[in-house]
Amino acid sequence: MSTNAQPISRNLLVSASPHITSGESIPRIMYNVILAMVPVCLVSVYYFGYYGVKVLVLTTLFCIGFEYLWQKMLRKPVTISDGSAAVTGILLALNLPPTAPWWLMLIGSFLAVIIAKQLYGGLGYNLFNPALVARVALLISFPVHMTSWIKATPLFSGVDAVTTATPLGILQTAIKTTGAIPPEVMDQVNPSSQNMLTWFTGHMMSGSLGEFSALAILLGGLWLIYKKYIYWQVPVTYIGTVLVFSGIFWIIDPTRYAHPLFHLLTGGLFLGAFFMATDMVTSPITKKGLLVFGVGCGLITCLIRMWGSYPEGVSFAILLMNGLTPLLDRWFKPTVFGQRKLYEESK
Amino acid sequence: MIKRAHGFPGGVHPDYHKELTAGRALEVPPLFERYVVPVAQHIGAPAKVAVEKGAQVFKGTVIAEAAGFVSVPMHSPTSGKVKAVKNLPHPWGPNMLAVEIVADGDDTPDPALPRLDHEAASAEELRDFIRQAGIVGMGGAAFPTHVKLSPPREKPIDVLVLNGAECEPYLTADHRLMVEMPEKVIAGAGVLAKILNVKRICIGVEDNKPDALAALEKAAAGHDNMDVYSLHVTYPQGAEKQLIYAILGREVPAGGLPMDVGVVVQNVGTAAAVWDAVAGGMPLIERITTVTGRGIRQPGNLVLRIGTLVEDVVGWRGGMTNDTIKVINGGPMMGMAMSSLDVPVLKGSSGLLFLERDEVEQYHHYPCIRCGRCVDICPMKLMPCIISYYTENELFDEVESLNVTDCIECGSCAYVCPSSRILVHHMKMGKAEVIARRRKRAVS
Amino acid sequence: MLEAILTLSGLAILASFGLGLAARFFAVKVDPRVEKIEEVLPGANCGGCGAAGCSDFAKGVVEGKYAANACPVGGPSCAAKIAEILGEEVRTAEPHVAVVLCAGDEEQCGNRFDYNGIYDCKAAHLIQGGFKACTYGCLGLGSCARVCPFDAIIMTEKRLAVINRDKCVGCGKCVPVCPRHLITLVPISRKTHILCSSHDPGADVRKKCKVGCIACKKCEKTVNGEGITVSDYLAVMDYSQDLDGFALETVCPTHTIQRVDSPVPQESEKTA
Repeated sequence: MSTNAQPISRNLLVSASPHITSGESIPRIMYNVILAMVPVCLVSVYYFGYYGVKVLVLTTLFCIGFEYLWQKMLRKPVTISDGSAAVTGILLALNLPPTAPWWLMLIGSFLAVIIAKQLYGGLGYNLFNPALVARVALLISFPVHMTSWIKATPLFSGVDAVTTATPLGILQTAIKTTGAIPPEVMDQVNPSSQNMLTWFTGHMMSGSLGEFSALAILLGGLWLIYKKYIYWQVPVTYIGTVLVFSGIFWIIDPTRYAHPLFHLLTGGLFLGAFFMATDMVTSPITKKGLLVFGVGCGLITCLIRMWGSYPEGVSFAILLMNGLTPLLDRWFKPTVFGQRKLYEESK
Repeated sequence: MIKRAHGFPGGVHPDYHKELTAGRALEVPPLFERYVVPVAQHIGAPAKVAVEKGAQVFKGTVIAEAAGFVSVPMHSPTSGKVKAVKNLPHPWGPNMLAVEIVADGDDTPDPALPRLDHEAASAEELRDFIRQAGIVGMGGAAFPTHVKLSPPREKPIDVLVLNGAECEPYLTADHRLMVEMPEKVIAGAGVLAKILNVKRICIGVEDNKPDALAALEKAAAGHDNMDVYSLHVTYPQGAEKQLIYAILGREVPAGGLPMDVGVVVQNVGTAAAVWDAVAGGMPLIERITTVTGRGIRQPGNLVLRIGTLVEDVVGWRGGMTNDTIKVINGGPMMGMAMSSLDVPVLKGSSGLLFLERDEVEQYHHYPCIRCGRCVDICPMKLMPCIISYYTENELFDEVESLNVTDCIECGSCAYVCPSSRILVHHMKMGKAEVIARRRKRAVS
Repeated sequence: MLEAILTLSGLAILASFGLGLAARFFAVKVDPRVEKIEEVLPGANCGGCGAAGCSDFAKGVVEGKYAANACPVGGPSCAAKIAEILGEEVRTAEPHVAVVLCAGDEEQCGNRFDYNGIYDCKAAHLIQGGFKACTYGCLGLGSCARVCPFDAIIMTEKRLAVINRDKCVGCGKCVPVCPRHLITLVPISRKTHILCSSHDPGADVRKKCKVGCIACKKCEKTVNGEGITVSDYLAVMDYSQDLDGFALETVCPTHTIQRVDSPVPQESEKTA
C-alpha cells in the first residue's frame, strides 16, 4: 500500500470547458491585416513620396489617438493595442487622395473611429465599415478636397505634382458630355499591353492612395485568404460579379461601356473587395450570406459606376450591403443538425 | 477489411499530444490506503447507501443500491472497513455523499459475488446482470448502460455502433484498451448485440490509431456481422450523433436520440466492462484512465480502482510540476476542471489532465467580432456567437429559438474564438434558463 | 404659398377631427379610478407588487386582484391615497427590507480555486459549485446589485453584497437572482440578523469562514428557544419575534449575529 499523497499549496484555476485554445486572437488578426496592407502602402509611398507618407502616418496616428482619448475620457479599458484602430487608420488613408490636407485627415479619423465605431459600442458593434463611413462623409462634405488628384510622382523622380483626373473620372466625364466614349478616351479604357501594365501596377496612374496597384492589393489579399483571416467568398463574388456584369454591357455596347478589365483594375474595386468588404464585423457570418453579400456589392458598384452620378461606386455599394448584413444573417441561418429530418417527417 | 467512414460537417483539429501516452502499456498501481466512492457518479438518480460505518466490505461488495430505473449500484473497490458515510469532496464541485473505505491490503474478492452463464442467459438476464454490475457509459458521460440497452418497442434497433474514436486530445485510454485487449471489446460487443438483438455491429476508430485498427480487425476477423471503420481525425468525431452520421450516414433528429434512427452507441470501454462482468463475474470497480499532460511528471495509462484519490495517483506518478495550474477530469475540450486533488476517480473519469499555465486558455470578455468561425465549425450547425450574445443580454426567447438545447457542449466554438469568449459557459447558462422556462410553461 | 398653407392647415384640421372622433367612438372603457391610482403610484415599474408595471397594478387594484397596500415603493402614504380613491379603509402592513444572510467577504472566507468565467453569480455557481471556500455563501459578483432598480445593494470592497436599508423598498427583485438563496425580506424594524446560511458542520465552517455559524446554540439558549431554531448545523431566526432586546450580537462567539444600525459600508469602485 502506498500513501504518497501530495498536497498542493496553491489554488488551481477553474473555468468552463474547453481548457485549450487554437491560439487565435484579435491582435494577431489585426496585425496580419496590417502586414497584408504593407505592399499597398509601399506602392503609395513609392509613387507619392512625401504625400503618401504624410497621409498614411497622420491618419493612422489620428485614429489611434482618437480611440485612446475617447476610452480614457469615458474611463473604459484602453484597447488600442488590439490593432483595430491602426487598421482603420491605414484603410482610411488608402481611401484619401494624396493631397489631403491635415485637417481632412483629422475630421476623417474622428468620423471613422468615434462616430462610426465607438458610438456604436466599440469593436464588434459597429454596423458600417468605419473607414468607408468616413470616406463617404468626407466626400459629400468636402468634394473638392476629396477629388483633387495628382499624377503619380515616383519617389526621387524630381517630378512636380500635376493635377489630373482618375481613369474612372475621365470615363464618366467623357460619357456625360458626349453620351459615348470619345476615341481619345477609348484607348485609355480598353486593355492594351501598355494600359494593362499601368492598371495592374499603378505606374503613372492617379487616384487615392490605395486605388491603383491591383498587384500590391492582390498580394496582400491572397496572403490573408491563405491564412484564413478573410474568406474567399467575398472577393471572388464581388470581383466576379463586376466582371460579368460590366462584361455583359461591354459586349452589348462597347462604345458606351468600358471594358470589364478596366472596371476591375482601375478604381477602388480591388481595395474594396479584399480589404473593405471583407471586414468581419460588418459582413455576414455565414458563408452563404457572404456570397450574396459579394454579389450585392458587385451589382451596386456597377450600377453606380455606369449610371449613377458618382464615378466610383465601391464605397457606397459596400456601405449599403453592410446595412443589409443583419438581414442576410437572419435569412441564411444554417440548418441545425437533425432539423432536416424533422422537416421531412413533418411533411 | 477496414472500411472508410465519411466525415461530418464542422469540427476542429486541435493539437492532440497523444504521443505522451499512446505507446505506454497499461499499468496497475499498488493498493492505496483510502478509497472514496461517491453515490452520485452517473446520469440519473444517485445510488442509496447500503452499508454503515464500521462495516466489513470486500472487493465487489455492494455498498449502495440503485435508486430507481435510471440508476446503478456502487461496489467497493477493495476489501477493508467502511470508515465513514458522509459528505466528502467530489470532482463535480461541492461535497457530496460518499462511502469512505480504508483498505486492509488483502484485496479479497467478495465470496458471494453473483455469477452468470452468459452463453445460456437470455437478453433480460444479461441486461439485469449488467445493471447490478453497476455498469455505466465509460466514455465519460456515465449514462447507465442497461437503460441504453432497453429501447422502447416503438424504436426498433438494427445497428450497434462501438465508439472507439477517442477524439479528445491527450486521452489514450480507449486506444490502449483496443491495442492490448481487443478480444474483450469484441466479446463484449457480442453480448451487447445479443441483448439488443441486432445483426450488425460497426466499430469506429479514428485513423490516428493504426495499431488499434489493426488489432480490432484481427480480433473481429471471424465475426462476419462486425465491421471496423476508420474515421477521419476531427474533433468531435466521437460525439454520438456525429459518429452515427460518419459511419452510417444517418442524421439523428434534433432533440432526439440515436434510437430514433435505429442505432445504439456504446463506448469500447463499456463493451469491455460488460464482458468483465458477465464472463468474469466482477462488477465495475476499475477503469482505464489516462494520466497525462506536461504537468504530471510520469504520464501513463493506468488501471485505477473507482474511488482512488487523485492525490494518491499524483503521488505515485512522481507529482505535479510547479507550473501546473489546471487539473482536468476528462479531456481538455469537454472535461471538468477540478478545484482540488483530494477527490476520487469516478466511473466516467477517462482522463486526468495536468496543464501548465502557458498551455491553458484564459477567457476574457472581448466583444464578438463576428468572424463566423464558430458558425463554420459547430458540429450541430448552431450559431454560438449569436446565442452567446443573446444569453449575455438575457433575451432567452431568442436563445430558445436558436436551438441552444441541441448544443453538445463540445467546446469547438470557444476553441476557435479569436476573442477568447467564454462560449460554452454561455451555452450552459442559456440551456439551464431555457429548460427552466419550459418546465414552468409545462406546469402552468 | 397661400395654397400650401391652406392645404396643410386643412389636412391638420381634418386629422384632428379624425383623432377626436376616434377617441370618442373607439375609446376603450377605462374605469376612471385606474387612471387616478396610476397618478399616485411612484411609476418605477419595478414589479415589486407582482404586477407587470404600474398601469397593470392600478388595473389590478380596481379589479380586486391586488391589495391597496401592495406597492412596496409607494409605502404607507401611497397605500393611504389608493384606499381613499377606492373609498376603503387604510390597512397598513409593516414595510419590509431585504437582508443578505451572509457575512463571509474575501477576508473572512477565502477562495477554493481561481475562477475564470462569466462575472455573474448564477454563472459562477455552475462551475464546481462556486469558487468560495463555503459553498453556501455570497459569491460577491454583484448579480443582485445589477438587478436592483433602486441601487439599494452595495458590493463592498471585499466582495460582499450588503443591503442599503435607506434605499431598499422591499420589492423583492433580488431574492430569486441569488443562486444561493441568501436574500430574504424581513420587517424593517428587525435589526438583529444571523448572517450565515451554511449547513456545514461547525468544525468544517471554522476551517472555511471566520464568521460562519458553528451551531453552538448559544443564541438559542439566550432566547430560551423562542425565536431562534438551530437545525442542520445552522441557527435560523424567526422574524415574527422581536429579538433586538437580547443583544445577541454580544452573545455569538463567531460574530455571526450582527446588528444592522451600523453605518452603511462604502461602495467598491470595482463593481462590474
